[in-house]
Amino acid sequence: MMQSDQSADKRPWALLSPSLFAITILVVIPMAFILVYSFYENVDLAVDRVTFQFGNWQEVMTDGYYHTAIWKTLRLSVIVTVLAAILGYIPAYFIAMTKFRDKWLLLLLLILPFWISFIIRTLSWIHIFGNQGALNGLFRLLGLTDAPLSLMYNEFTVIIGFIHVFLPYMILNIYVSLEGIDENLEPAARTLGATPWQAFREVTLPLSMPGLAAGCLLVFVLTGGSYVTPLILGGPGDFLFGNLIYDAVVSELNWPMGATLSFTLLFLLGLVVVLYSRLMGLNQLSKAFR
Amino acid sequence: MRVWSLLKTYTVMVYIFMFAPILVVLLLAFNSSQFGGFPIEGFSLRWFVKLYENDAITRAFRTSLMLGALTAIISTTLGILAALALVRYEFRGKDLITTFLITPVLVPETVLAVGLLIFLRWLHMPRSFGLLLLGHSIIALPFVVLVVQARLTGIRRDYEEAAQSLGASPLQTFFQVTFPLMLPAVFAGALFAFTISFDNITATVFWRPSGMETVPTQIFGMLRNSVSPEINALGFVMICITVGVPLLAGMLARYFSRKKI
Repeated sequence: MMQSDQSADKRPWALLSPSLFAITILVVIPMAFILVYSFYENVDLAVDRVTFQFGNWQEVMTDGYYHTAIWKTLRLSVIVTVLAAILGYIPAYFIAMTKFRDKWLLLLLLILPFWISFIIRTLSWIHIFGNQGALNGLFRLLGLTDAPLSLMYNEFTVIIGFIHVFLPYMILNIYVSLEGIDENLEPAARTLGATPWQAFREVTLPLSMPGLAAGCLLVFVLTGGSYVTPLILGGPGDFLFGNLIYDAVVSELNWPMGATLSFTLLFLLGLVVVLYSRLMGLNQLSKAFR
Repeated sequence: MRVWSLLKTYTVMVYIFMFAPILVVLLLAFNSSQFGGFPIEGFSLRWFVKLYENDAITRAFRTSLMLGALTAIISTTLGILAALALVRYEFRGKDLITTFLITPVLVPETVLAVGLLIFLRWLHMPRSFGLLLLGHSIIALPFVVLVVQARLTGIRRDYEEAAQSLGASPLQTFFQVTFPLMLPAVFAGALFAFTISFDNITATVFWRPSGMETVPTQIFGMLRNSVSPEINALGFVMICITVGVPLLAGMLARYFSRKKI
């Protein structure tokens, strides 16, 4: 069975090598190429000159347009993360603490959105807020309005769309860490004279922090890196940093600029991940799968 | 407990928030109106027929199914090998390796997409189905590793040791004992990878060759004007596939495992 000399065992490395190779080729090396390309110069549509110059970086550093996009992205990501945490904590707590016989059903329903197409879930909000949506239909039925109210394609619908898609990540992560708490702790705090609220605030809430933090990190990074949701649910002014990358690469075919913007986004979101892993460690993130 | 019932109401409302819009899509798929929204004018299956007759959509569907299946095969194969290494062996640098294996998740998908595209451009290779396949596989890989690893941890080594002490060779042990025990993990990983590929839009928009559409990019393209009723019908079909198949598989697995005992 197991070889006695573990450190010299090559078998785990043989098993790991295909994955490590694939990630190196398909993720690590391309990241290096993004950096290299950011120093190239865009001459014409889809034509770039191989050179080493700081023009793209200078533009990103000095042009107010890019700064606005960074602030917008930061603001929106914070709003979505905070709202998702507020919306998600109580259901996670309820599922973890309930003695309800059909707890498995609540958990299954929580996993279910992961299996439902992202784009369908996102566009479904057009059916709620759109001109032919449920709300306008209701208003018309009640005789409140003559013409449909325009409730769609603004920052609010973008935020709703993001929360809708990312909320399950938040709930699941909080649930996992709440589930791991010794269930005798809260009653113990109670017998020692704590009110239910105190017992929650002093015992359960701090112990569930790792899950809450993992959920917040995921939601923040996923929101900060996306560009599709604003395109579907937002107006012309609702763009994220990812949309600038999309425009540079897909519409303008300006590869060097696309590379510069990509590296900027990688750096900014990477900073958040590094900060988190310093504080919490990355292994909390994988606990949701157990 | 008044507080408890408040929490319960809150939870129910959050669940309604999560599912009401999806139910609306499912409902509107059967609306006979020629517009994709409210009011509901009557029951009709005509949008499913239209969907079936729409060449662009059926082509996108075939592309997506093929892509999802191949992605599942590649990333599950890689993922199982990696997960076996992590679960079965102790070695130096394990934590670092685990972190490295989840880097594709930590890199924002937009950046991952642009990076791979630029690398390909440097190699003077055009966008292709192969790029989509490799890209989807690398996106799915971390999830497969995590899911399979979680399942493998539950398998006890005793069975393998028993088989070997009864004279089975390592290969025999793997194929007759370990692999059958791993099968649920393999299926869970493969299903997950399929769904991730079938659902992906963020990176796919960058990677697809011109003229090739997957179901999500096809829907994305059709959305520019408004939600057409066909999209609702398509949503219905997609939800049936990505939700129905795992549920059915789970129920079958439970049924058969019960039967055996």
